Amino acid sequence: MKRESIFHLMIALVAITLGSRSVSAQNSGLLGRVEIDGSSTVYPISEAAASGFTRAFPKVKVNVGVSGTGGGFKRFTVGQTDISDASRPIKATEFEAAKDAGVDFFELPVAYDGLTLVVHKGNNWVDHLTIDEIKKIFTSSGAAKTWAEVRQGWPNNPIQIFAPGTDSGTFDYFKEVVAGDDGSLRSDMSTSEDDNVLVTGVSGSPNAIGFFGVAYYEENKDKLKSVAIVNPELKEPVLPTAATIEKGTYAPFSRPLFIYINARSFRRPEVRQFVAYYLKNAADLATQTGYVPLPKSVYAEAMNHCRQGKTGTHYLTKDMEKRSGAVTEIYTTETLVN
Amino acid sequence: MSRSPTTNEEDIEARLKNAEPASNRSRMQKDRAFRWLCIAIATVSVLVLVALLTSIVVQGVPVISWTLLSGTPEPEPSEAGMFPALMGTIWICSLCALITLPIGVATAVLLEEFKPRTKVAAWSYSLIQLNISNLAGVPSVVYGILGLTAFVSMFSLFGNATQPGAAVWEWGATYYDQFSNLGSDPFLMMSDEVDERYFLVPVENRTNPPTVPTEGMMAYENSVAGLVPVEVHVADAMGDLPTDPEVLATSIDSAAVPGRISEKAWYYFQLPLGRGVLAGALTLMLVILPVIIISTQEALRAVPSSLRDGALGIGATPWQVVWNVTLPSAIPGIMTGSILAMSRAIGETAPILIIAGIVYIRTSPQHLMDSYTVMPLQIYNWTSRPQDEFHSLAAGGIVILLGILLSFNAVAVLIRHRMQKPLS
Repeated sequence: MKRESIFHLMIALVAITLGSRSVSAQNSGLLGRVEIDGSSTVYPISEAAASGFTRAFPKVKVNVGVSGTGGGFKRFTVGQTDISDASRPIKATEFEAAKDAGVDFFELPVAYDGLTLVVHKGNNWVDHLTIDEIKKIFTSSGAAKTWAEVRQGWPNNPIQIFAPGTDSGTFDYFKEVVAGDDGSLRSDMSTSEDDNVLVTGVSGSPNAIGFFGVAYYEENKDKLKSVAIVNPELKEPVLPTAATIEKGTYAPFSRPLFIYINARSFRRPEVRQFVAYYLKNAADLATQTGYVPLPKSVYAEAMNHCRQGKTGTHYLTKDMEKRSGAVTEIYTTETLVN
Repeated sequence: MSRSPTTNEEDIEARLKNAEPASNRSRMQKDRAFRWLCIAIATVSVLVLVALLTSIVVQGVPVISWTLLSGTPEPEPSEAGMFPALMGTIWICSLCALITLPIGVATAVLLEEFKPRTKVAAWSYSLIQLNISNLAGVPSVVYGILGLTAFVSMFSLFGNATQPGAAVWEWGATYYDQFSNLGSDPFLMMSDEVDERYFLVPVENRTNPPTVPTEGMMAYENSVAGLVPVEVHVADAMGDLPTDPEVLATSIDSAAVPGRISEKAWYYFQLPLGRGVLAGALTLMLVILPVIIISTQEALRAVPSSLRDGALGIGATPWQVVWNVTLPSAIPGIMTGSILAMSRAIGETAPILIIAGIVYIRTSPQHLMDSYTVMPLQIYNWTSRPQDEFHSLAAGGIVILLGILLSFNAVAVLIRHRMQKPLS
């Protein structure tokens, strides 16, 4: 115990000396502050970016908040924050709020998250699920109460469902993919804002099913089993892995994560430097925090957007209709709506 | 209340007469059974507490290290610490105690010791009393929302409905326009050849239009020695650039738009208060004020009236009675109530989440309006991460939080101990 604490102290001392060396060597000239708020899914990436950035620019204060995607946009669209973390693209209502307040923004994708469906480790009947079967389990119109109602031959056990809280971007995204804009998910699910509660829930019951971001699955592989989803186009089951998410074959449950940058704040040297750092290191930051990097071309395109001042969103049409599809197809200058 | 003591005694006598004569043995048995029941209940609750504490200590103590105490939150669990949250908690709680104790005790003294004589005053006193006892039961989230409108944006009284909490009137801030030199723009790929340098141009008023770069303009550079004056050059980024690296390093793009930044002194103050430490402390004040008032009232009531009568009898004014007799003898009771209230304030998350909302912050608060985070928020943030290492960090954080709580309480107990004097 004692030896260990001395060891910790030594590590701390080494860290302090290393830290101070980088302070004197680096750009201590840049001052200012960057205000970030938004999605808890994107938070770990932004935290990693902030931590790395302030090592290089120690006099810049970077504050990251977690208000959820919707809460973050509420502050962003009135100009209270410089950057908004988002686990889904901006909605038409939020876009119009930003317009009314005169807030122009850059939309930059930073990573992929594979929304993972998980079952109990001892569940030996679920090998893969089709979208229709998922609809049966999760939507209020499907309402399968037992596994036997989902597919013939499965046991006649009641299904227990664990889902993220209704305020999260994850819930919004899942609802949109599975139930569509008009449908609704079942109301008799156990929900929690804390994904670790969902992990505990699913790993505690052999008849349980749940969903959350891929990072939580990766950390709990020993307790959970991920479910392969039948890709609607390829017609074959695909498991969520870094490779399938990046290739886009894990569809339709891989979603891009975004940061939105206030164009007025972007003029400030410290915000420019921070965004540049974020984009240059986004692939590493994503891997480090359990997410999947986007193709390099997307980051390059994002860099271009910033350099040429191309503000606006790619995920709404001129008539404020939602646009969906793969990031590589949607994230181009042609689809930009301002 | 209306009964006189004599009727009371008669009442008891009558009841004793009517009571069924029980054998001595069964009476003793009942007594013993009741005692065992009490002991059992107490044991169960103490056991639960011990189990909880042990599990937290077993999980938390091994991860407690200097890094956890002095470090900043990092993505790598082994390097992560909670210093900003620790300082935030200390700031918030000290401020909250400084503001709440005088107000709470003064209110209780007014309500208890200066009883109204007129009807209108009595009516308003009872209204206040009713409000206070009801407020003690309001969930703290509600206070968070109240604090957001009352302190952060001050009901938009200062006319900024579009940007709640943005400073309208302020004192102690210096504004600069920050330019970067041509070499440091990360979106022009030439950063490797030219040193990155940043120049500050002081701005008189924060609402001034952005400074337009002019040749020979005096600017400052922020270096280790403080602000150093530099002469800057203006170049057109699209045209020919200066070839002398010295000149290039101090050149600004003629079309550059500066970023407005501010340096805030330690005495910085703004209206409305914004999402700062002061707004947070005031919101926590709302949460614990009713508790402090009520417990102080109880403590004052417990002071025997013979003491007051004696002091009044030798010619003391009501104020002298309160200051020299009642308050000193009530302080142990007041401290007990305050300890409970402050413990609540330290662990309170919901109102702080609404007022501050920030979880990643690298510095401790520098002034009363600075943004901050507190330990419960940091712990909550760590528990919701996927990695197990963060969960044990959270356990370590809880142990530290408990430590702070105990040391706050120790100070209060010490004061209580010093003040305790026999009343007779």
